[in-house]
Amino acid sequence: MLHTINKSPFEKDSLTTCLRYAQKGASILFIEDAVYACTKGTQFEKDIHDHQGDIKFYVLGPDLEARGLDNSNLTTNIEIVDYKGFVKLVADNEKTQNWL
Amino acid sequence: MEEQESGIIKKFIYVNRKAPHGTIYAHEALEVVLIAAAFEQDVALAFIDDGVYQLKKGQNTDGIATKNFSKTFGALDMYDVEKLYVEKESLEARGLSEEDLSVDVEILPASDLKNLFNESEVFFNF
Amino acid sequence: MALEVNGRQIEVDEEGYLSNLNDWEKDIATVMAKEDDIELGDDHWEIINFLREYYEEYQIAPAVRVLTKAVGKKLGKEKGNSKYLYELFPYGPGKQACKFAGLPKPTGCV
Repeated sequence: MLHTINKSPFEKDSLTTCLRYAQKGASILFIEDAVYACTKGTQFEKDIHDHQGDIKFYVLGPDLEARGLDNSNLTTNIEIVDYKGFVKLVADNEKTQNWL
Repeated sequence: MEEQESGIIKKFIYVNRKAPHGTIYAHEALEVVLIAAAFEQDVALAFIDDGVYQLKKGQNTDGIATKNFSKTFGALDMYDVEKLYVEKESLEARGLSEEDLSVDVEILPASDLKNLFNESEVFFNF
Repeated sequence: MALEVNGRQIEVDEEGYLSNLNDWEKDIATVMAKEDDIELGDDHWEIINFLREYYEEYQIAPAVRVLTKAVGKKLGKEKGNSKYLYELFPYGPGKQACKFAGLPKPTGCV
């Protein structure tokens, strides 16, 4: 299962809820304002690290760049994908759930 | 454009709490600031919560095909908008510091911003 | 609405501003100026180029007041005043010069 999140974790609890429902083997892709969720030095870093054994985390590159962020701003083990990678994730996963 | 001649100057404060590109609020707020700058009021901008992300330097929106309005913050001083305040707590909660910002700002703790809000007369919240 | 330049149809809005900033080329400014009975000289181009650079840097078309100040800073006092700019662009240096430069109407102009 692929989960996408597009809201800032500081503004909405989409990430928290998504993490509560995501199962082992799932992928989570951060897009739009949700890209802030995987940056260094926030309260969400620990939540992500706690789940990295079971869940693979991705972030959409163009949305990072738009916000002045790059690899150096991200917490560990986050994979940056481009639009093609986004499509591939959707294709590789049988189902997709969008957390708004 | 006709400028207001009433001569009454009020303390305006724009309170920016939204991240820049996911919604239109941040861009709209900046448009309002620029339009209102023609009325020669005493203008201040406060960036708190996700609003601090608006000032992150190095933004490049080519990949999402929207306007990179973060560049416009650099023009504010030419519009005589010189008071930009960033809340210290919001910045720290996001792992950011002064060097991450694209323009000169004053970083203040919430306790100081609270006093600033007290002295302000007209509020625009985005 | 459209403007014909070198056989190309360029889309403009109801006030004559380019709909797509990337459509701009020098001949567009020349054609727009001709419609306003202005023949563009070096002094006009200096301001038009200045505006394009300003837009590139700040992503806005400056209000007249700001344009005047910025021109003064960059090109000198004798050019950074309304008299000079209005003589070049009689319909308003903000509105008219921005239009020729392919920029949107300045923020704050009605």
